[in-house]
Amino acid sequence: MNRVKRTLAPYLLVLPGGLWLLLFFVVPMVTMFSLSLQQGDIINGYRFTGHWQNYLDAITDYRVQLIRSLVYGLITTVALIVMSFPVAYWIAFYGGRRKPTYLFLVLLPFFVSFVLRTISWRQILTDDGMLLHPLKEAGLLSPGFHILGTPYAVIFGLIYNFLPFMVLPIYVALERIDPRVVEAARDLYAAPMTVFRRVVFPLALPGVFAGVLMTFVPASSDYVNSGVLGSSSTTMIGQVVQAQALANSNYPMASALSFFLMAVLLTGVFAYARVLGTEDVMNAAAR
Amino acid sequence: MFPTNKPDPALLRGLTSRRLGRRDALRLGGVSALGAFLAACGVQGKGSPEASVAPDAVQKFWGGKVKNGKVDFANWPLYMDPKKPELAKFTARTGITVNYQEVIQEMGPWFAKVQPQLSAGQSIGFDLMVITNSLQFGQFRSGGFLAPLDHSKLPNYAANAAKSYANEAFDPGNVFSIPWASGITGIAYDIKKTGREITSLADLWDPKFKGKVGMFSDTQELANFGLLAAGLKPGDSEEGDWKKAAAKLKEQKDAGMVRNYYDQSYVDALGKGEVWLTQAWSGDVFQKNVSDGTDFRFVIPSEGGTIWTDNMTIPVTATNPVDAIMLMDFFYEVENAAALAEYINYVCPVPAAQAQIKKDAAAASGDDRATLTEVADSPLVFPGESDYAKLHYYVDFNTAEEQQNFQRIFEPITLS
Repeated sequence: MNRVKRTLAPYLLVLPGGLWLLLFFVVPMVTMFSLSLQQGDIINGYRFTGHWQNYLDAITDYRVQLIRSLVYGLITTVALIVMSFPVAYWIAFYGGRRKPTYLFLVLLPFFVSFVLRTISWRQILTDDGMLLHPLKEAGLLSPGFHILGTPYAVIFGLIYNFLPFMVLPIYVALERIDPRVVEAARDLYAAPMTVFRRVVFPLALPGVFAGVLMTFVPASSDYVNSGVLGSSSTTMIGQVVQAQALANSNYPMASALSFFLMAVLLTGVFAYARVLGTEDVMNAAAR
Repeated sequence: MFPTNKPDPALLRGLTSRRLGRRDALRLGGVSALGAFLAACGVQGKGSPEASVAPDAVQKFWGGKVKNGKVDFANWPLYMDPKKPELAKFTARTGITVNYQEVIQEMGPWFAKVQPQLSAGQSIGFDLMVITNSLQFGQFRSGGFLAPLDHSKLPNYAANAAKSYANEAFDPGNVFSIPWASGITGIAYDIKKTGREITSLADLWDPKFKGKVGMFSDTQELANFGLLAAGLKPGDSEEGDWKKAAAKLKEQKDAGMVRNYYDQSYVDALGKGEVWLTQAWSGDVFQKNVSDGTDFRFVIPSEGGTIWTDNMTIPVTATNPVDAIMLMDFFYEVENAAALAEYINYVCPVPAAQAQIKKDAAAASGDDRATLTEVADSPLVFPGESDYAKLHYYVDFNTAEEQQNFQRIFEPITLS
């Protein structure tokens, strides 16, 4: 009896979460996948015909936006690593008693809605706004100069909005480093730079990897930043999916684009894990 | 917009689609289990086209419906005085409270938003909605999503509406809709930024305004200007013309002229100096100037502009249709039509309102008087014959396929 209980226990424990996932993750995914292979129009309905052409159409029509999204996502991620590492390092090694305060400060802007924060940047950066208007009045900039509507504005917005998702995992990895390991390296006459390069940085890599997972994927498929801060020349794939699904009722096209994007992002993430070599993807994701 | 003799799509589907027999299913075994499940996820056909034009449709819809004392009204922004004096008057007179929401920004997204509820036969939360005569009007109509209007409940409309509205191609005889207001699509500009008067569509292609031009994201609005700029008439254009217009618009985009493709938010972009000149709807600039003290101008380009009509309609799933149709008729009382036109400055469907506005002007003084006189004499509110000559109607679609081709030609411009 006891043994039966013990064998069953893990399954019972998984049951609530598992059912939840099945209902709200697996079912929609299968529905969406089915939609991506359907044909028709909104008035007469869509029918499943195994229409793989949807994928080909989606990719040929919107390859520019796909590539642009991946490039923006990549630039954002690299910039985030460069900017977040020093912050996380400083908090982890020099934060002292105030560590929780500093972490709270990093998170503070997130008590305001994502969309609202982005819109407030739009107010600041707009062509005749508080930043550019005085400079234009002073004759330092031409009247036609603008920041909004450029790729810089969109990437800036992405970096701003995803910063904590890079700082926190790197911080966690750095925080775990046993100070005695660093001391040992010093004792063995390693220069401070060498200690960082050979000891601290490699030990922080799992954190960087987790940060990449949490920023590259959502940044590449984001549609808010480009919608609010961008223009018609910065359209990202998320906006295309949104427009196809919510404005044009072209569900098959929207689903095909989403699945293709998912495939590309997964491939990218696994390739990155393979190159990095040190860490299993699932393991890193679990941290 | 769609042929009326189209067979029931459900029937067509039954005749043409292959069914998976039981034996097939067994033979294919495990592999087909997923396939069959995938197939079962198909999106149902939406409604039965044109079903509600049947002679007894009006009786069927309105029979047994009673006044409930409230109405939920979905409209576009900048389409009523923010203080809503007309609605207060309506409530005082009838006891019906109006929940007025400015939730419609663009036709495509609005259709996509309410379509699932409508096709499931559920309420969309609104009893009255104002929709443009765009291709989505055709979709609402052929989806069977609009309630046929009981004209016996619309005496003011019968007495006061301009007769031409009953002949409009998108809803002949006003079976499903009566106009809220018509409007003209032209160009709005900030003369302080452009430094000169804007008169022509060619200005939207002028390299001097690189990155400062706004265009509409609505494919029909965008296409109309492309067609007019290419010297073509939207009303009788065909696929070949659409491609020419798309090429013209693509050229404008590739040259970096277009700052963005906007919905109703173009007014805000103009206000913030993000665009200096933009495709615009006639009344918006007037209201923006009144409320924010700006000095923007609106012009019907020399090549021509387009005229459209926004229409009051009742969704078939409305819970308070009687209250809704009372409100619709209320806006056709000359006094109320005049009050609305005085504020929104869009083309008024009630000709007698012009005299009423002049009367109001005579009774007013100072600035108000000047503004009201301007409204009464404005060709944007009461266009004359010569004004109509410069205005074009929307692209007309004969088949659903034509409409899809149109979308496929113009969508990639706004989306890339």
